[in-house]
Amino acid sequence: MTANILLFKITLLLYFGATVLFLVDVIGRLEKTGRFARWLLVGGFTVHSAALVARFVASGFTPSATLHESLSFFAWTVVGIYLLFDLRYRLAVLGAFVCPLALVLMIAGSAAPMGVQPLNPMLDSWWFPVHVTLAFLGNAVFAIAFGAGIMYLLQERMLKSKKFSALYYRLPSLQTLDSINYKCLTFGFPLMTMGIISGAIWANSAWGGYWRWDPKETWALITWFLYAALLHGRLTIGWRGRRAAIFAIIGFLCLLFTFLGVNLLLTGEHSFRAMGGR
Amino acid sequence: MNIIVVGLSHKTAPVEIRERVAFAPTAMEKPLRELLALPAVSEGVIVSTCNRVEFYAASRDADAATAQLKRFLADYHGIPLEQLESHLYDYQGGEAIRHVFRVASSLDSMVIGEPQILGQIKTAYGYAAEFKTVGLILNRFLHKAFSVAKRVRTETDIASNAVSVSFAAVELARKIFGSLDGKTVMIIGAGEMCELAARHFVNNGVSQVFVTNRTFERAEKLAAEFGGRPILFDNFADHLNQVDIVMTSTGAPNFILGHKKVEEVIRQRKNKPMFFIDIAVPRDIDPKVNDIDNVYLYDVDDLQGVVQSNLKERQKEAKKAEGIIDLEIDQFHRWIASLEVVPTIVSLRKRLEEIRRGELEKTFASLKELGPKEKKSIEALTAAIINKVLHQPITVLKQSQNDGAGENYVDAVRALFDLEAPNPEGEMKSLDEQSGED
Repeated sequence: MTANILLFKITLLLYFGATVLFLVDVIGRLEKTGRFARWLLVGGFTVHSAALVARFVASGFTPSATLHESLSFFAWTVVGIYLLFDLRYRLAVLGAFVCPLALVLMIAGSAAPMGVQPLNPMLDSWWFPVHVTLAFLGNAVFAIAFGAGIMYLLQERMLKSKKFSALYYRLPSLQTLDSINYKCLTFGFPLMTMGIISGAIWANSAWGGYWRWDPKETWALITWFLYAALLHGRLTIGWRGRRAAIFAIIGFLCLLFTFLGVNLLLTGEHSFRAMGGR
Repeated sequence: MNIIVVGLSHKTAPVEIRERVAFAPTAMEKPLRELLALPAVSEGVIVSTCNRVEFYAASRDADAATAQLKRFLADYHGIPLEQLESHLYDYQGGEAIRHVFRVASSLDSMVIGEPQILGQIKTAYGYAAEFKTVGLILNRFLHKAFSVAKRVRTETDIASNAVSVSFAAVELARKIFGSLDGKTVMIIGAGEMCELAARHFVNNGVSQVFVTNRTFERAEKLAAEFGGRPILFDNFADHLNQVDIVMTSTGAPNFILGHKKVEEVIRQRKNKPMFFIDIAVPRDIDPKVNDIDNVYLYDVDDLQGVVQSNLKERQKEAKKAEGIIDLEIDQFHRWIASLEVVPTIVSLRKRLEEIRRGELEKTFASLKELGPKEKKSIEALTAAIINKVLHQPITVLKQSQNDGAGENYVDAVRALFDLEAPNPEGEMKSLDEQSGED
């Protein structure tokens, strides 16, 4: 087993541990569990970073070319962005909603072929790392908005129905969740936009055209419009709360489909088949 | 040395009995001195609140002390003991430690998690310290109880959810708005409960209060109390778009605020959330208002429901607190046990024997020419010196066991010879510093 795969597996274990502890923390409401989960996640993130560096050293290119690499890279950005948010909001409970997502991405990543593949000549460009990094960072920020959106809906439902489960006491205020949602949008949208623009510039240099209506491009545009609508609604009409949370959830599902569904189910330049990932 | 608790509380005695045995908080010197004069009691504290009267005592003879304390309580208040007996409980040793830890942590209170009891015990301890009726044992025991209570408060959510209707409203507002800083409240009707809740809101950061009432003078009066702004009852709806929290308690027979109006207001506010608290019966606000996005409406029954579920939460937290207490009892027990004379003598012997062995090894290592015979003689000599030196302190320790000064000697010996105590000194020192914080 090569170093990067070994490190990936250790990361998987650490993320698993952190996810379990975050869930225990939410159910059992033990302060120490949340703290421990956080440290486990920081440990996992560090090992994960090392795994990506090892992968980069082994292959010589940004580890995001195959399905396995993309899933792992995505999980890494999700955890990284969560940890940044956690520094600001100190919300272990958000971890219980974001960590499982990172874990699922990692498990899916471990199910895909893990070997280092030669780089598809099409990806051999400086735009490749720029494009994927921007795109994944945007995705990761929207993953946080997704988690916060689910939390918002749960908390709002309890406040409206006046039936409080144990979760009510753990979830933060609606205002906090809504402001996380808004922050994510203000960071995520520019990242996503830059990701799309860098992709277009790259496409122009690789294929001689900015936009080819490849299924991925089409779906990325749909997702972009969705988030643009949310941003517009928030800024001008005063969309907030439940509506914004639902939008953030739908937006992220759309984004997941753009990332995985299109790549796996539809054929196009972004398909992992085309990238030699399967 | 034993720790003893004798007393009664809201769980065992009706209020008629509790008020008869209560001690006036301003005149504690007399009862405390009389308590200490009881032959079997070597240290004592009297805790007297509206829900409980308890003696905490340290004694060599637990049974005798218990009987004397019961008799003292009855005699002091002129109640026949037979009448009081059935309401009294008594605990010794581990049970007594558990009881006091639970009381201080507010697990034995009428409303679990209420913070007042800790302050009351601290005051009681303050009197006992002032009149010098506490010594080594109760000093440490009560400081330990304070630190346990503090641990329970910080490590569990036992006191974090409101158990009164007006506080529940404030807490709900926090769940909706996060911080209440800069938020605006409108009070419609000037009932007593509205006033109380408004006060809580202002204390929690609300910046502006609008007050309206059918009688404008009443609105003006109440507004003046909060530095708020009185508005005419007929116009109150025009100001609704400026307020985040609305509280109503009018005597109106019909709804004064309907679905349509609130929908319009929320549109004007660009969907900024609003929290309506309707404590009027019959209700002032159409319940359908709750269906509007970003609007939360609670009536008085809903608030009661919140209080009930908060109480259930406290019960769950109480289980966690019991776990903390179990651990702390163990620790305190070990400390008490270490105070006993026999373990101290054993540790003292062990300590000196260690020193003797260490020094002998060093000496033998440097004097290699010594034969087995000489070595044996030196060993015997050092053992004899140790025994001679130890003879007098051990005799004093053994004697002191019976004259009540035991703990002081044990404590001194442990400090002088740096004997390991299970309960670290540092912790006790930090407890002394903490005790005045709450």
